[in-house]
Amino acid sequence: MRFVPLAVSAALALTACTLSGCTANKEAGPSLGAQPRPSGSAAQPLPAATLELWHGFSTDAEVKAFEDAIKGFNQKFPQITVKAVKGVQDDQITHAIRGGNAPDVAASFTTDSVAQWCRSGSFQDLTPVIKQDGVDLSVLPEVARSYSSFEGRQCTLPLLADAYGLYYNKALMKGNAPPRTLSELTALAKKLTVRDADGTIKVAGFIPSAQYYENVPSHLAPLVGARWYNDDGTSAIGSDPAWKKLLTWQKELVDWYGYANLEKFRKSLGDEWSAKHPFYQGKVAMVLDGEWRNAMIGNEAKGLDYGTAPLPVADDRPDLYGSGFTAGTVIGVPKGAKHPQQAWELVKYLTTDTSSLVTLSNALRNVPTTRAAMDSPDLAKDANFTTFLNIFAHPKTSTIPASVNSVFNQEAMQTFMEKWEKGAVPDLDAGLKGVDKQIDDKLKLSGG
Amino acid sequence: MASLADVWRRREGLRALVWLSPWLAGVAIFFVYPLLSTVYFSFHRYDMYTLEFAGLDNYRYLFQDPRVLTSAKNTLWLVIVLVPATVLFSLALAQLVVRLKAGAGLFRTIFYLPSLVPMAAGTITFVFLMNPATGPWNQFLALFGIQGPDWFGDPAWSKPSLTLLSLWSCGQLVVIFLAALLDVPKHLYEAAAIDGAGPWRQFRSVTLPTLAPVLMFALVTNVIYALQYFTQAMIASRVASGSTDSPGSSFSPGYPDESLLTLPQWLFQVGFRDYSMGYACVLALLLFATSMIFTLILLRQFRRAEEAS
Repeated sequence: MRFVPLAVSAALALTACTLSGCTANKEAGPSLGAQPRPSGSAAQPLPAATLELWHGFSTDAEVKAFEDAIKGFNQKFPQITVKAVKGVQDDQITHAIRGGNAPDVAASFTTDSVAQWCRSGSFQDLTPVIKQDGVDLSVLPEVARSYSSFEGRQCTLPLLADAYGLYYNKALMKGNAPPRTLSELTALAKKLTVRDADGTIKVAGFIPSAQYYENVPSHLAPLVGARWYNDDGTSAIGSDPAWKKLLTWQKELVDWYGYANLEKFRKSLGDEWSAKHPFYQGKVAMVLDGEWRNAMIGNEAKGLDYGTAPLPVADDRPDLYGSGFTAGTVIGVPKGAKHPQQAWELVKYLTTDTSSLVTLSNALRNVPTTRAAMDSPDLAKDANFTTFLNIFAHPKTSTIPASVNSVFNQEAMQTFMEKWEKGAVPDLDAGLKGVDKQIDDKLKLSGG
Repeated sequence: MASLADVWRRREGLRALVWLSPWLAGVAIFFVYPLLSTVYFSFHRYDMYTLEFAGLDNYRYLFQDPRVLTSAKNTLWLVIVLVPATVLFSLALAQLVVRLKAGAGLFRTIFYLPSLVPMAAGTITFVFLMNPATGPWNQFLALFGIQGPDWFGDPAWSKPSLTLLSLWSCGQLVVIFLAALLDVPKHLYEAAAIDGAGPWRQFRSVTLPTLAPVLMFALVTNVIYALQYFTQAMIASRVASGSTDSPGSSFSPGYPDESLLTLPQWLFQVGFRDYSMGYACVLALLLFATSMIFTLILLRQFRRAEEAS
């Protein structure tokens, strides 16, 4: 037993080390905008550097497209070499910053981490250099500015955007026009559904389940203009009647199919990211999906005759028609970047240079974020892709507002919707208030 | 002036300390330090970037978080049902194999092989085999007019399905029991038979007492394993839900209806998805305390069983 104090002493020493800095960031690199440089300076004043850029693109085509865009930067700044690292996820970025091994530039596929990155300062606030270089952020739609900043800190910039709309299989539509309202969607879904005598679904007009691929709460909310948060950041889900409207519509259609039938059908479908996608195979007539599905159809279902349209909206909100959900890739300069000034130049180039954005968009078939890139004659557009450009530019297009608990909040709503659609929620109002409580309690835990 | 005996005693102590130092260092670095850190962080708001004293906020939230009770209940179910089922099934299989006159080697191999399959692969395979729409298992049941359930999609069946998975991969435990059974002296059975004991009496009075330490070992390790149950539940949930781990996708941990949400899984989500490290530390301490209590109870039983045998 006499050794116990020794062990405890050792542990205490190690704990003291923890508290004093072993877990704190290692020496950070120079901060962005700390040393003003002459405005209008471009290639020459920047010293040579090798930048490390982490991004989430992983397929060969995506990586090549990204590298092509970087080539344009290299022509402008030949003294700067960019070393791109592919397939990086948010948690890897977070851990690297935390461990003092941050890359110079990091891009994320989602906007879920933006609030945390901005609030903690782990991504540097770009506002000073944006002002210093006279970058006009009004070239970005308001919604793209909102999902790339938090609490007044523009710690990332939108690189490419995703917009969500309705895809429909022309053969299965049997000459019907795409629906504009939820009532029309319900009627058409019922009309186009093919079932066996025992209720087994052969072809679904539209799958209303929140468990189906892209039908997550954040993508469905714009159909009825549902709000996630109040101005003080607390949950608005229980108090905004739009959510109730959405869920009531959804449940009615689920019940028409029969939950068990729908689940059996859903579980028989192929992978969302494979050539066995049910939309390609003619098993679903209409689906909610992102603009990137156009490129996938081009690669995996070449002969498919399909069309795209904005998502149908609540019958009493015709003003929402044409809008939809958007989010996208964001890019910024992490705290601890070794060459922040050069990193900012790269971020600025990738997010504001029209030719770079057009190159990326043409290759990846994502929506370019600036108005100039959207209007560029070099941007490859067809009717199906233009639908999404219009959705992105629509003034009522919305996103899920940044929150430090973004993933938790979405998951709380997702879990609730799953329970609701299977009939496990006896009181919808009380259930939605319960979601509010979960979100608000978690907000308090996170320090408000 | 210290006496020679004192110096000698001190040197003895020093020598012992030197010999013990690797163990002491290991315990200090890998147990005491993390434990103290966990306690320290549990009183803080820590998102991997900023550290802020939060008093008892994290502990208070423990009583507001509905998933703690859900995950604790699920974990308890695994301890109460999955562990005894696995232990009893393994013992039954071992009994069966030990009595085989021919082909014992083949059956030992057959029963052991599934435990060599990586957990992730085994779980994914099980979920696919038991898919209600396309899985061969339900199609097989349909041949007999039985409509199979949505095994991993129905909250009433999801945990029993995981138990089936556990039974399928219990090969290691079977081998341990097999070794223990082969170790029971044959003359005890012969003596019992001469005294007129039937198979059940022989099992109760000869096999069980001899096996008691091994049984206790199996119970203790499996209870700890159940308290830490993570991989199979996480993978089965994800695969059965059909949601992909892609940016922007939303996934309900513990699908379906949080019926597969175990305490370690929730701890992981809180810590490494939400980065609520302070609260995750509270959950870790809760898990630690629960594991300790279960282990102490079982060890007490183990000692009693040993004394009785």
